[in-house]
Amino acid sequence: MNCRSEVLEVSVEGRQVEEAMLAVLHTVLLHRSTGKFHYKKEGTYSIGTVGTQDVDCDFIDFTYVRVSSEELDRALRKVVGEFKDALRNSGGDGLGQISLEFYQKKKSRWPFSDECIPWEVWTVKVHVVALATEQERQICREKVGEKLCEKVINIVEVMNRHEYLPKMPTQSEVDNVFDTGLRDVQPYLYKISFQITDALGTSVTTTMRRLIKDTLAL
Amino acid sequence: MCVEISLKTSEGDSMELEIWCLEMNEKCDKEIKVSYTVYNRLSLLLKSLLAITRVTPAYRLSRKQGHEYVILYRIYFGEVQLNGLGEGFQTVRVGTVGTPVGTITLSCAYRINLAFMSTRQFERTPPIMGIIIDHFVDRPYPSSSPMHPCNYRTAGEDTGVTYPSVEDSQEVCTTSFSTSPPSQLMVPGKEGGVPPAPNQPAHGAQADQERLATYTPSDGAHCAATPSSSEDTETVSNSSEGRASPHDVLETIFVRKVGAFVNKPINQVTLTSLDIPFAMFAPKNLELEDADPMVNPPDSPQTESPLQGSLHSNGSSGGSSGNTHDDFVMIDFKPAFSKDDILPMDLGTFYREFQNPPQLSSLSIDIGAQSMAEDLDSLPEKLAVHEKNVREFDAFVETLQ
Repeated sequence: MNCRSEVLEVSVEGRQVEEAMLAVLHTVLLHRSTGKFHYKKEGTYSIGTVGTQDVDCDFIDFTYVRVSSEELDRALRKVVGEFKDALRNSGGDGLGQISLEFYQKKKSRWPFSDECIPWEVWTVKVHVVALATEQERQICREKVGEKLCEKVINIVEVMNRHEYLPKMPTQSEVDNVFDTGLRDVQPYLYKISFQITDALGTSVTTTMRRLIKDTLAL
Repeated sequence: MCVEISLKTSEGDSMELEIWCLEMNEKCDKEIKVSYTVYNRLSLLLKSLLAITRVTPAYRLSRKQGHEYVILYRIYFGEVQLNGLGEGFQTVRVGTVGTPVGTITLSCAYRINLAFMSTRQFERTPPIMGIIIDHFVDRPYPSSSPMHPCNYRTAGEDTGVTYPSVEDSQEVCTTSFSTSPPSQLMVPGKEGGVPPAPNQPAHGAQADQERLATYTPSDGAHCAATPSSSEDTETVSNSSEGRASPHDVLETIFVRKVGAFVNKPINQVTLTSLDIPFAMFAPKNLELEDADPMVNPPDSPQTESPLQGSLHSNGSSGGSSGNTHDDFVMIDFKPAFSKDDILPMDLGTFYREFQNPPQLSSLSIDIGAQSMAEDLDSLPEKLAVHEKNVREFDAFVETLQ
């Protein structure tokens, strides 16, 4: 089974990086999260509820919807904060990309460790621009807002193609498909990593950050 | 089933903004069973609906509705009518779900061309500061004037979900622009209590006031937490209530705030219910009002200002200079263009207070002359010292370059 890959590109000002990334990541995770599963005796399960809330951006004329999970929000903000710092410290052109990868774990027999098989990867390529005047910044606010609107529409269109999704797991298998570590929401297993690139696309500083430890498949 | 979102101005013009269309056709997908797959896809569709509703141009308009226009909805069945959306409208196919009984498709067509409204409606930009527009009208309680709300030009925040009535807007203004403790405005009637925790039904105008009354930057998220459909249902009632409330002049018990940095209870100056900055400086022989509930304010504001000490000393010197003028007969001073009064008004009071400021010490002749003489004497010494340090100065200048 192939992993499908989607790439989104945005050009933002330095202070908009965080909000733009959070908007995209939250929108994707909104579609890829469910409530917590509560398994019952007969092999059936019920799904808990998850709320949604709107988030207004301060530096962009944009509002996005995210799941009402503070834990998930904190986790994303942490990674996006690191990405933003890496971008800032890299100097250069301010090019980077952040990847959100959904994967499945496959148990292997000993001595081989578990495999992580990605089934969907979302990559957001970021280009940071520096603006001089207040007027330019105002225009940038609106433009980036419109761009993000388009990205959300793109994301929604991809999501609703109903392509491969992992099967709903049994109770013993649930950790291979879903991230059950959060208290109030259950997204599919995911990891976020980012890279700072230079203009040629080669990675100058490769910074990989794994939220859930994975192991190399042999 | 179609849901049409439209905008209606206070002048009666209306414009369609969006049409959401939920279709079901007979094309059955035989392979799909009614199992979790169908349910999951439907819930995915619902999430996509939520995401898309925030992305269309109508959303920004709906956040700003209030005085000038409201957003209304209409549900109808049958063929979708896209004529009212103007030219160049865009369509988003939110999603499709195949079920054993048919295929459900959700799509949204939204208007791009908002030009019709822009010439007329959006010329009037909302005011930045609260403005009292009753300058020449005699009002017993200046706080009850229809004040426009203080709109924050900060990004991403609600620029007036609904223009609230007076007291709430004043509350919002005071919390943001003054460091004095918030006034305890008690408004009987349908507005209910202003913070803390008013227990009003979350309905129409009240709900928006409630949100604004507990306004903090983080509430930007909470304010819009209600899904857009309930926002729309609120607007229908809002349009009728929102217009009524600013014009109900409710009785207010205006409690005077103790001004920031004032650390003495304002005993000697019992002014009427009006918040005057530097009230301690105001001359004593203004009209008193016995019914002033704030003659002895319960507690002074707990400010940790480092300026407190210096202001206090200013207060006492100001008070003493005020006393010297008691020998003169005070004629009631009515400055031009100010309100006629039972109450002393800002302009007159201000003028009186600051008519005779104390002399600057450096300008008084004796001290000035002394210091001049001293300066002249010490000049040669100073020059000698500076000449010695010439090299240091040059080095310093070079570092600046």
